Amino acid sequence: MAYQPKTESPNGQSGIVEENPNHIVYRKMEQIVERMQDEQTGVPVKTVKSFMSKVPSVFTGSDLITWMTKNLDVEDQNEALHLAHLMAAHGYLFPIEDHILTIKADGTYYRFQTPYFWPSNCWEPENTDYAVYLCKRTMQNKTRLELADYEAENLARLQKMFSRKWEFIFMQAEARTKVDKKRDKLERKVLDSQERAFWDVHRPVPGCVNTTEIDIKKACRMNKPFKSAKHMQCSVSGGRISPSVSESELANPSEALKTEIITLKSRLDRRNVKISKVSESYINYYEQYQEYDPFLTTPEPSSPWISDSQELWELEKQTKEVPPRRVRRWAFSLQELLKDPAGREQFIRFLEKEFSAENLKFWDAVQELKQVHSKDVPLKVQQIWNEFLAPDANFPINIDSKSYELTKKNIETPDRWTFDEAAAHLYHLMKNDSYQRYLRSEMYKEYLNGTKKKTSVKGIRSVIFSGKKDQPSS
Amino acid sequence: MASDGGGLKIDNPVESIESLSKEVEKLKARLEEERQKLNDVALSTVAERLDPLPTLNIKPRRVLKGHQGKVLCSDWSLDKRHIVSSSQDGKMIIWDAFTTNKEHAVTMPTTWVMACAYAPSGNMVACGGLDNKVTVYPLSFEEDVSSKKRAIGTHTSYMSCCLFPNSDQQILTGSGDSTCALWDVECAQLLQSFHGHGGDVMSLDLSPSETGNTFVSAGCDRQALVWDMRTGQCVQSFEGHESDINTVKFYPSGDAIATGSDDATCRLFDLRADREVAVYSKQSIIFGVNSLDFSISGRFLFAGYNDYTVNVWDTLKCVRLTILYGHENRVTCLKVSPDGTALSTGSWDFTLRIWA
Repeated sequence: MAYQPKTESPNGQSGIVEENPNHIVYRKMEQIVERMQDEQTGVPVKTVKSFMSKVPSVFTGSDLITWMTKNLDVEDQNEALHLAHLMAAHGYLFPIEDHILTIKADGTYYRFQTPYFWPSNCWEPENTDYAVYLCKRTMQNKTRLELADYEAENLARLQKMFSRKWEFIFMQAEARTKVDKKRDKLERKVLDSQERAFWDVHRPVPGCVNTTEIDIKKACRMNKPFKSAKHMQCSVSGGRISPSVSESELANPSEALKTEIITLKSRLDRRNVKISKVSESYINYYEQYQEYDPFLTTPEPSSPWISDSQELWELEKQTKEVPPRRVRRWAFSLQELLKDPAGREQFIRFLEKEFSAENLKFWDAVQELKQVHSKDVPLKVQQIWNEFLAPDANFPINIDSKSYELTKKNIETPDRWTFDEAAAHLYHLMKNDSYQRYLRSEMYKEYLNGTKKKTSVKGIRSVIFSGKKDQPSS
Repeated sequence: MASDGGGLKIDNPVESIESLSKEVEKLKARLEEERQKLNDVALSTVAERLDPLPTLNIKPRRVLKGHQGKVLCSDWSLDKRHIVSSSQDGKMIIWDAFTTNKEHAVTMPTTWVMACAYAPSGNMVACGGLDNKVTVYPLSFEEDVSSKKRAIGTHTSYMSCCLFPNSDQQILTGSGDSTCALWDVECAQLLQSFHGHGGDVMSLDLSPSETGNTFVSAGCDRQALVWDMRTGQCVQSFEGHESDINTVKFYPSGDAIATGSDDATCRLFDLRADREVAVYSKQSIIFGVNSLDFSISGRFLFAGYNDYTVNVWDTLKCVRLTILYGHENRVTCLKVSPDGTALSTGSWDFTLRIWA
């Protein structure tokens, strides 16, 4: 075995290597493998007799899985099998008689890979190495070393590719065969299988996952020069798309530090909430929404993905005879009310009665502003101003003087956010005022009860007149 | 800046940097101290009073086959049934996930299309990747979709993520050049850029709050940053992960964010507490997290891992509930459908799956 790993660092401890997320996984797997190989507490490894020969240093799949369920915090045998399969696919353990690196929880024999061949050694073996290896196998006239079909195909392809170099490859293979022959018989058995497993990881059987592949995003990153992530402001990479951070600021580390001090001070000034409080808020949110979470409460009618019927989606679209379940949700927040077309319709009617519909109209206009083509933005800004804020506006809205002055200033450079302060102010007002009154209003209660009654009546009817469902029921 | 130093003349810049660094360290220590004071009880302890959840019965309901390469990203249409997905071979496919029909297939001029997104109207999709560009495709059945494509913006490194912030008119992108950017679709102009990350940006999410003017980004500098979309200012930052953050998502109330990382953990950070409130990890989970999402109530946290599985966590009790097996290679993308009825996952095994 004369191939060399790509880097000198044997266990992937150097900084650059650590950057690769695959190595984080290798390290964790190696910790597990080390525990598995403990002579006292590990997986029982033995040499077994089979017919005329001995099979050295093997363990059974069932022993392995038993060990894993006992020693790792896996939930059940399935999880243990899955993890074992992944460890095999990464080449840490392998079936002694199969190219497909997977584990079965039975009497099949497996063997541990030698640390030399662990993927953490940054193997990126070349095709020439592979060619030498395959060539060598053809020289050793043993059935257990016979090439599998896909290997024979690979060999043929490589032979074509390296036609000029083939003599050299052949000679290398010959030399290795000689070295191998000098080894002890049992030792050779083990080494042959470990070498085979190594190639099963790096040149997997067609259809098997190549676990050495790296996410392209991470690969791109590893090719870049190292950047310090210590200080937020001074660590922006060369790829800036606009000069919002000035060059001088970047060149001047004290400037960056000052900015960081300002950021840190403002963070210290923030008034933060205790964990107990935020935990309660999550629980409240869950309790409020659990009824609407299809993974928790089976929807009625059932999920289209399960029933293959689109009835649920059809029902959601309608704005008449809204089920009380949906109406109750309007009370969660103004956002929920406005999200439901039926709720929005009701709320507008309520606001009209209160003579304050212009607030919602303004809010909607500001949202629309974000949807128009950018070339139409100035025009739309002017329209909104004329309609709601100008002295002779059709639908004058009441906002505080601060927001008004700010908006007036914003108008000079119209953009999609010109009215955001004013809109936020009005939204707050609607939320704390009109919306609260709407929820207390007879109108909401009647609607809630009305839909309840209707559905219950309908429910009774459908029981009484079952089979006459097609008849109009109102 | 003329007012630099506030009248204090600095003769030795090295010394001043030293003193400034010291002050930074001091402030950081104080901040940590303050954060500890708020850590009065663990979320899982508060959640003890909740009944344990019944056994989940989530099964694969659809398999979307058609990509000839690793599926890298997907997004739901607001119509709750269409999905756009992009893959390593440069294809983007629009699916009716309900019927599993392919409605459009677009070949991009680049491979590794790492990001794609559906516009809120459902009439447009955006995508990009190794070409560093964000490109939009208006969807129509009358014409060839690729003939209508328009390039909106270009980063100086790969585009890793994108989304439409409540409007077809703008696109928010994140990139390997460690910036995020907001683009105008119609004019193909940069509206705002966001500088602050010290490494590749991997993921973005828009705040679900009414005003929708904040978003969060996270990446290889192990930080999650909350931004004001209008001003381009970073308003909050969170750290704690021990490796790259690959995914970030707002908790449905908008009060917290969840992150998933190559360190094999998911974490929950609260915006009001300004700190980490939960870690979702297990000794037997050793692979990185690529993508995560919440159920409607926020109780379930679904996370897709490099170990081919989806782990379902109880967000509040902080325990794993179940594992979804099915994919045969890394799970790269995962999204709960807009009405919360289904979960979509995409994988390096070339398929997408719908779970319910």
